[in-house]
Amino acid sequence: MIALIRRDVRRGYAGGGATLVMAFFLLVTTLFPFAIGPDARLLARVGGGVIWAAALLAALLPVERLVQPDLDSGAIDQMIVRGIGPVTIAVAKMVAHWLAFAPPLMLAAVVAAGLLDLPVERLLLVEAGLAVGTPGLAALAVATGALVAGLRGAGAIAGLVMLPLAVPLLIFGAGAIDGGVAGLKLLAALSLLLTVGAPVVAGAAIRLGVE
Amino acid sequence: MSVPGLEVRDLRLARGGRVLCDGLCLALPPGGAARVTGPNGVGKSSLLRVLAGLPRADAAVTRPARVALLAEAAALDGERPLARALAFWARLDAAEDVSARVAAALAAVALAELADVPVRLLSTGQRRRAALARVIASGATLWLLDEPGNGLDRAAMLRLDTAIARHRAEGGIVVVATHQSIDLPGAIEVAL
Repeated sequence: MIALIRRDVRRGYAGGGATLVMAFFLLVTTLFPFAIGPDARLLARVGGGVIWAAALLAALLPVERLVQPDLDSGAIDQMIVRGIGPVTIAVAKMVAHWLAFAPPLMLAAVVAAGLLDLPVERLLLVEAGLAVGTPGLAALAVATGALVAGLRGAGAIAGLVMLPLAVPLLIFGAGAIDGGVAGLKLLAALSLLLTVGAPVVAGAAIRLGVE
Repeated sequence: MSVPGLEVRDLRLARGGRVLCDGLCLALPPGGAARVTGPNGVGKSSLLRVLAGLPRADAAVTRPARVALLAEAAALDGERPLARALAFWARLDAAEDVSARVAAALAAVALAELADVPVRLLSTGQRRRAALARVIASGATLWLLDEPGNGLDRAAMLRLDTAIARHRAEGGIVVVATHQSIDLPGAIEVAL
């Protein structure tokens, strides 16, 4: 299990994966000041929501690279031959994806907060929300990656599959900025639900992909 | 259930609604070998995948606890040096002596001098030999080899024969699907 996680974390950071997520995230957050104008008060008010929307879009970016390459290369076949179950593979991929995806995102959120002139106490709530919400987001990304693996135009379909399911995370994540601890609890509950449910879905999809 | 040998009882194999074989029986004791032959598309690779347990057919197949599959794809990470890519799988197979087992496997396929070269730079034949090294390093009892001779030159074919013979001498079992002449003395012929 640890070997699987280490391999996927390495592959996540290799080839500039983390840089890509950070750059994309920052690009999306900088679009908003351009779109709604340099009104510092307004930006500070919407900033938290902007960061969450950008995080969701950035989470979509690596979905295609999570499961598909391992099905193509036969790596997942080899894991199953060695008696590692599809659900275990999915859990390992989720942990690894979270480790490769959440830290760069949370780092980039600090920079984004500066760009959006977000007050420190709101930034802390955003960071707490991201820490709680990103496991759910990572789980959703792996499940989506497993579901769309092998399809043509998988990237576009992944967006259609994943974004609606991620909307509750966005609602409670952005809501927690104003709702405080109570909002974070709701977000945590939702994130937990996704983290527990997604491995089963991803495992079934991987099993189908192998057969 | 795991047994010392490989046993297939009344296996029915269907793919995409087409029945590839029905009532297939096969029993291989330790040291045994089988050669799966037949025209393209008849289901040789599918049979090997079933024997490996990829589509589950637990009622019909009892196999040793540890199985190594050589399929069409090498399953080695392209960006990793060859020895490291092999060590990843070898470590999953068994925790002890990983680097020694990988080194011995690389020597058996004559790739020892390429141990530090990234997998993506290997040629077709070298990649095939690397995948074979993964099987050798696994220490598994049952080897399932799907067209192991693809892309191999004359010398590499001889080394493949040697590796299979040594594995069988140690009590291992080999099932080979191939069109080529691979030396398998006393092998059971399975014609699909």
